[in-house]
Amino acid sequence: MDTQTATRSANPSASRPATGQRTAPGPHPGAGAADGTDGAGGAGDPRLTGQELTLAYDERTIAQDLHVAVPDRSFTVVVGPNACGKSTLLRALSRMLKPARGTVLLDGADISGMHAKALARTLGLLPQSSIAPDGITVSDLVARGRYPHQGLLRQWSRDDERVVRESMEATGVEELGDRFVDELSGGQRQRVWIAMALAQQTPLLLLDEPTTYLDIAHQIEILDLCARLHEEEGRTLVAVLHDLNHAARYATHLIAMRDGRIVAEGAPGEVVTAELVEEVFGMPCRVIDDPETGTPLVVPAARR
Amino acid sequence: MSVIRTAGGLSVSYRPRALFVGLGCLVLALVAAVFAIGSGEYPMGFGDVVRTLIGQGDPADAFIVNELRLPRTCAALLVGAALGLAGAVFQAVVRNPLGSPDILGFTNGASAGALVAVVVVGGSSAALAGGAVIGAVVVGTLVYALAWKRGVHGYRLVLVGVGATAILTGLNSYLITRARIEDASRAVLWMTGSLDGRGWSNVLPLALGMVVLVPLILFGCARGLRMMEMGDDAANALGVRVERTRLTLLAAAVLLVGLAAAAAGPVAFVALTAPQLARRLTRTPGPNLVPALCMGAALLVTADLVAQRAFGDHQLPVGVVTGVLGGGYLVWLLATERRAGRI
Repeated sequence: MDTQTATRSANPSASRPATGQRTAPGPHPGAGAADGTDGAGGAGDPRLTGQELTLAYDERTIAQDLHVAVPDRSFTVVVGPNACGKSTLLRALSRMLKPARGTVLLDGADISGMHAKALARTLGLLPQSSIAPDGITVSDLVARGRYPHQGLLRQWSRDDERVVRESMEATGVEELGDRFVDELSGGQRQRVWIAMALAQQTPLLLLDEPTTYLDIAHQIEILDLCARLHEEEGRTLVAVLHDLNHAARYATHLIAMRDGRIVAEGAPGEVVTAELVEEVFGMPCRVIDDPETGTPLVVPAARR
Repeated sequence: MSVIRTAGGLSVSYRPRALFVGLGCLVLALVAAVFAIGSGEYPMGFGDVVRTLIGQGDPADAFIVNELRLPRTCAALLVGAALGLAGAVFQAVVRNPLGSPDILGFTNGASAGALVAVVVVGGSSAALAGGAVIGAVVVGTLVYALAWKRGVHGYRLVLVGVGATAILTGLNSYLITRARIEDASRAVLWMTGSLDGRGWSNVLPLALGMVVLVPLILFGCARGLRMMEMGDDAANALGVRVERTRLTLLAAAVLLVGLAAAAAGPVAFVALTAPQLARRLTRTPGPNLVPALCMGAALLVTADLVAQRAFGDHQLPVGVVTGVLGGGYLVWLLATERRAGRI
């Protein structure tokens, strides 16, 4: 149980060029294309794929026959109307939900057979519903992200110490170390949770609606942070977002879902069109260029 | 947080304040134990007791200490420790300070098991003890199964447990009416929780059980439990096998409660109060398992000392003392936590 960490490189970006260049997402083949993926393969080769997924809670089927591939080193964003199955898909990709049919492959291996801690060292998830324990300080909470790297006799190594410090610096919460989590503002608190997920040092990180309940300034702050983690540290991020304009601005790869199906996916510039938005959200709109970034900007049609 | 590191790259972390609280409770428990052993119809000084315990006392003292008084005190220490630890596990698993075996129905399950044994095979102490363990396990299994829905969640467990407690209270009253009168009076005394006349045969099963269960909880599951405080999803994401850890912890804690009840009867409220007191003293987030264990031992030994000596010649069963103290504490807890919105 405690054999890990010693030989692991401390920073997932250290073993690969941290060039910060965006991968060209483009259209990519669906199911079956991930065979033999060797993880460290060429840019954009998916490490995480879901094949023929049927997702269901008890008898209620949420999605059927889904094929999804997360391009390596992409910032993939999943969008869609409420109850379209986007959070459920994220849960399946992170083994929170066992698919009724189909498999989720990570580096070619079925995640349902992987050792729990080994999986947690490769694939991180920031759930929506985390509870900060009573009276916990920021640095203690971030330190809990080190769990998959620790063991009974390896409870707090110098690596742990360093990674926690770096994670707090990367998210700008290093000044808050001794503060209690329950005294923080919503935006600060979300940055602390992200710091905890970073301390897990996973090359892949899934975020379930990381901007929900935050005001607009904090939403942008969190998304800027995610973009920086993606560009500077070369992490693969997958986020479920509600705001289509945020998705279009920050994603390098966009997946649009409706009724448990993937309606379209690809680079936001190619995917986000007025027709698609109408098809996915049932809302007439115009799509213009975002004056700040040149990415698509969805402007809902005015009531006549 | 402090760390001890070896040259070989091993490390153990601890909270100085939690360690201090644990050690403090342990010292308190041991001092109270020595006082309890020294008091009685044949009083002994503190020094005499300690000398006898380490094998240097005179033979008459040795008989009184080792055969008559030590078993009772050991029973108090172990029952308290088992209940303190089990209570801390339950409270952490259900993420609610009300998650104690008294409220979840496991204690009443132990009573029901013991009473069934009394009615069916008569009230030998072995039957009572065996019935208590089986009763706790059966009710534990039922409550877990009823609360199961794609995994077990804290609130549902508490609510199902409250229901089970209500049913079992009725069942227990009925069973007492069915027992022979002399069995019934023994059973009622047992149900109050008493350490009176406990011998090594009562202590041994609990001690053996704890040798297995305590390390299983502290070394096998405690770190996973700490992660589960943040919610099942967060713990899962960190690589904890949540459902397996929870099942192991609940099973171990239910067995501890059953074994403790087998040794001393269902002593009330220690499992509820010890973890909360420990937590308030350590001011450390986390399940605080070790401090709760030490606190439980200290509470029960002290309560037994009070029960034996505070009312002159009139001895009380220890369960009365813990019941009064713990019940008062429960009222206070409900009032304050309710106000703080945590229950």
